Amino acid sequence: MIDYIYLTILFPLAGFLINGLFGSKIKNEKIIGIIGSSAVGLSFLFTILSFIQLLNLPIDERTRVVELFTWLNVAGLNIKFAYLVDQLSIVMSLIVTGVGFLIHVYSIGYMHGDKGFWRFFAYLNLFIFAMMNLILGDNFLVLFLGWEGVGLCSYLLIGFYYDRKFEKGTVPEAAKKAFIVNRIGDFGFLLGMFLIYQTFDSLNFLEVFSKAEYFPISETTFSFIALFLFIGATGKSAQIPLYVWLPDAMAGPTPVSALIHAATMVTAGVYMVARASIIFASAPAIMTLVAVIGLLTAFFAATIGLVQTDIKKVLAYSTVSQLGYMFLAAGVGAFGAAIFHVMTHAFFKALLFLGAGSVIHAMHEQQDIRNYGNLKKYMPVTYLTFIIAAFAIAGVPGLSGFFSKDEILWYSYSKGNLTFWIIGALTAVITAFYMFRLVSLTFFGKERFGKDVHPHESPKVMTIPLIVLAFLSIVGGYVGIPEIFSGEGGNALKNWFKPIFAPAEAKLRTFGSHSHFEELLLMGISVAAALSAIYFAYVVYTRKKEIADKTASSVKGLYNTLLNKYYVDEIYESSVIKPILIISEKVLWKVTDNKLIDGIVNGSAKLIYYISIIIRKMQTGVAQFYALIMMIGISVALFWLILTL
Amino acid sequence: MQVPIEYYLILSAFMFSVGVAGVLIRRNAIIILMSIELMLNSANLALITFSSFMGNSIGQIFAFFVMTVAAAEAAIGLAIVIAIFRNKLTVNIDQINLFKW
Amino acid sequence: MENGSILTYLLITPILGSLILLFIRKEQENLIQWFGLAVSLAAFIISLVMFTNFDQSNGSFQLVEKYLWIDGLNVSYHIGVDGISVLLILLTTFLTPLTLISTWGTIKKNIKLFTFFMLFLEAGMLGVFISLDLFLFYIFWEAMLIPMYFIIGVWGGENRIYASIKFFIYTMFGSLLMLVAIIWLAVDASSQLGYFTTNLLELYKVGPTIARDIQNYLFLAFFFSFAIKVPLFPLHTWLPDAHVQAPTAGSVILAGVLLKMGTYGLIRFNLPLFPQASVEFAPYISVFAVIGIIYGALVAMVQTDMKKLVAYSSVAHLGFVVLGIFAMTVESVQGAVIQMINHGLSTGALFLLVGMIYERTHSREISFYGGIAKLVPVYATFLMIASLSSIGLPGMNGFIGEFLILLGSFKSQVLDNWWFTIFAASGVIFAAVYLLWMYQRVVFGNVTNPKLENLSDMNGKEWLVLVPIILLIFWIGIYPTTFLDITETSTINILEQVQNFTIKLLN
Repeated sequence: MIDYIYLTILFPLAGFLINGLFGSKIKNEKIIGIIGSSAVGLSFLFTILSFIQLLNLPIDERTRVVELFTWLNVAGLNIKFAYLVDQLSIVMSLIVTGVGFLIHVYSIGYMHGDKGFWRFFAYLNLFIFAMMNLILGDNFLVLFLGWEGVGLCSYLLIGFYYDRKFEKGTVPEAAKKAFIVNRIGDFGFLLGMFLIYQTFDSLNFLEVFSKAEYFPISETTFSFIALFLFIGATGKSAQIPLYVWLPDAMAGPTPVSALIHAATMVTAGVYMVARASIIFASAPAIMTLVAVIGLLTAFFAATIGLVQTDIKKVLAYSTVSQLGYMFLAAGVGAFGAAIFHVMTHAFFKALLFLGAGSVIHAMHEQQDIRNYGNLKKYMPVTYLTFIIAAFAIAGVPGLSGFFSKDEILWYSYSKGNLTFWIIGALTAVITAFYMFRLVSLTFFGKERFGKDVHPHESPKVMTIPLIVLAFLSIVGGYVGIPEIFSGEGGNALKNWFKPIFAPAEAKLRTFGSHSHFEELLLMGISVAAALSAIYFAYVVYTRKKEIADKTASSVKGLYNTLLNKYYVDEIYESSVIKPILIISEKVLWKVTDNKLIDGIVNGSAKLIYYISIIIRKMQTGVAQFYALIMMIGISVALFWLILTL
Repeated sequence: MQVPIEYYLILSAFMFSVGVAGVLIRRNAIIILMSIELMLNSANLALITFSSFMGNSIGQIFAFFVMTVAAAEAAIGLAIVIAIFRNKLTVNIDQINLFKW
Repeated sequence: MENGSILTYLLITPILGSLILLFIRKEQENLIQWFGLAVSLAAFIISLVMFTNFDQSNGSFQLVEKYLWIDGLNVSYHIGVDGISVLLILLTTFLTPLTLISTWGTIKKNIKLFTFFMLFLEAGMLGVFISLDLFLFYIFWEAMLIPMYFIIGVWGGENRIYASIKFFIYTMFGSLLMLVAIIWLAVDASSQLGYFTTNLLELYKVGPTIARDIQNYLFLAFFFSFAIKVPLFPLHTWLPDAHVQAPTAGSVILAGVLLKMGTYGLIRFNLPLFPQASVEFAPYISVFAVIGIIYGALVAMVQTDMKKLVAYSSVAHLGFVVLGIFAMTVESVQGAVIQMINHGLSTGALFLLVGMIYERTHSREISFYGGIAKLVPVYATFLMIASLSSIGLPGMNGFIGEFLILLGSFKSQVLDNWWFTIFAASGVIFAAVYLLWMYQRVVFGNVTNPKLENLSDMNGKEWLVLVPIILLIFWIGIYPTTFLDITETSTINILEQVQNFTIKLLN
């Protein structure tokens, strides 16, 4: 099956082509939906089969390359369209096609009746196609193809409702912002690729990584490569300073937010860092940078999430924050934990978004949580699944989020330092708090919507994916039970990833061992804090709303800062975008081009014109004058001739 | 007694100068044309003189050429003058300055 | 080598066509249009036949024909192609029929003369790409100006006279420098060879041995001529005017092929004739190329006229090409050649699309539009594809060129500085900004302008014009090997010529 892995990529492409070219003719939503979903479903099936085959292979044979054809062959550069199946890519593929399939199915219900139904499914299929290229590509360039491809799909899907307003601007503006901010990241990624090629003479993963492991290459070079690649990752995975596009990406339809902007695309950066783990591990300074950026992003995004009132915005900032966790993990060298969190996060965050979609659907596009309340009465399935996801993200023991988050926190201490842990744990507490603020305001308390709104449970086609995801959110964590509970070597996921990350981990500095007691203590503290935050949020936002209002008004400055997302968008606008636009228009175009360069060009023409005006006075038009000049000329010439003779 | 060659040449030069002066000074286009003829004839005179003194006929042949050209030129010149007169109602050359800037 | 004289047939087809065209009555517009198309298609087919006779593994000139033309000057009718010119010839013969179709119904004034000039122009362009004699090259180079001058000047927009004269004088200025340089070069070479010749192949051997200071002057003279045509910042100001005023077909040919002559000249003449000077000036020229990339993009960003925006984007794209050429690595020069083709396709498509919407509304102002996605979804899709290709999205043509150029310039030993690549790569960001911003303002949103309500979507003729271009865009993006293989040996040949005469190494 592994040899046919490219089929998992071709099915979505076929789905895209069919729906994209003929979708407007088909018109029947059912057929379009089935084509779109089954394309991804088939992909998922093939991925599972490949996964099973991989499981049955001996550990050292679990890396397989499937070549299709040569893409670029210039001088020393030989890039093939080839796909790499190994432990890392197969797990990512399972997540993408699995969650992707569920979201496709959900979308059949969610997008019902939309004029652009076919367009939506075509784009979603295209996205899966690009994402699979990103994950399975066996070299940096195929990865980059997917990398930009998902950016394009993200652009198209954010801008899906291209005629609508979004917050202060319009939906297309949000889409454009996403694409351009991503492009800034891509710029870094490109430079990273160039440096890799210059250093290793190849862009092929296996070749580059084996050279990186054994060749004597300076740490500076590694640092630059890692830095450039990380710039790319901050763009795609919405980290400081390039996270600003993700909250705006919520302008897209909710399934898109679930699929692209929560479960899959935004984790591409984490995947890339994990993929290039050996390069990052060889650049300790950049590792620290990754960890710090991840931590700061996690913390700041969480604080912003505290005060947002739009249900999708809260989830968006929560996504940014969780992505920060993943980078924290990668930064301290726990690449396996990062991917683990990618997986659990894909489950519960997709579930949260789909649940939110279900709520928005029921509330007639109302997204402000202040206008919800007591929805558990109307939509029990949504309520139940949503709260499971919320427990999972809050890190309640036994659910998937607990395992991955705890692993990250533990590594942030054991491989990092105590400060990392403290801020990380604090973020976890804040996360628990704002998630249950959201849950309480949405599902509990008084009904705060008008009489004309009649919330209803969503159709089965939407709730079944919710249930499946809820199931995954509960059990998804048991593949990575911490070793203190499961015993030495009991963490299945860690063992699975071992061959992939072993070279990187070998390169990293190893700290002295930590006792089990420490681990249990820290785990206990963070869990207790998170649980109390959940309870506190529940109490405040269901019964004692005034506490929240009072707190908000007592720290008005801080509250407004958070509400306005630390004014980062405004700062970018006034410090980068405006100046560039003004300089381009006023200085470059109107002055340099039109005045200076064209001034010189037209000026030299004018100069000749004015000189001619003077000279042309000679042309009196009197023939006799010309004759006279001629005579004089001839005479002079004759005299000169005679004198020289 | 033979007339010395200088006499002829001086006559020729004088005729030529008269012609030049006529071209440069006179306003009437027809007189200018006549002056040009005078210049050409002075050249003819010089050619024939040299031909006679050097004892070959090349100069005379040239003189015939010049006369032919002069005839053609006179025809065209007069035609132009007539054409201009029809348009401008004058043959006064300082009133004809079509090529003035 | 037996090869017949296919290049002559290729060159003569449009010339004969344009002459026969003169005997068709002016009123028979349909006949003229079909005849013009038939001739250009014939040229396209001949060029394909020529391509099948072309041996890709051979890097030297092929299909060579040589007849003595002017005895005294030792000038011959000497033509031939290598991998680089083959691609550009194919681009020329490919674009000409498409642009001719695109003019059906849009050019209404004096169709006969227009078709005549288009065929004349095609002949001129083909002549430039196949000449192997500097004298012959110069003649075609100049001859090509005339039809373009008239196409802009007669069928252009309101300010067409200014634009066409500016175009003409600008180019002429450069050409004269080149003419002087050609004469100087030939005279200087004759002192070594013992006889006067303008044969390019012989000059290749002599050029690099010319004294360094003279070589520098000659290099600069050639360079200015080509840089104006490219156009390289700061010699680019004729381009926006010419593009905006030219009719769509003119813009497409101008962007698609004429600009490529500048970059083609740099590869064909500057590098191999004056290798030492090329290496010496490469960093300075690259600075201007990089400035051009960023400058073109920034100025494109603030344009209000769609056509002008695309015109400025050309400045940025051609900056990439020049950077690639002067980075002088196999990757970058290959990338530059591919980027020349890409630019012809993507920018050509963009000009065609802008022209199509202009035909319907008679406005190119971005602010005039908005929300047309609802009215003309197919048009919106085509515009999206063309924009993305111009932005350089992987999987489409633009990416291949830009990637190779940037990759090559990064490792280039001639430039030997990361900053060229870093600044140039930032142009990738700006490209996304100006094109997507334009796209958003034109296509997205709600229809607010009542004049747009009756906008009709693409008709069959427009499909016919665009689909081949779009197919090629994806072909180059997904399987560029087809095209890269054609140019590879020739590129290596040229770079080896540079390498042989300079101390600095190729890689």
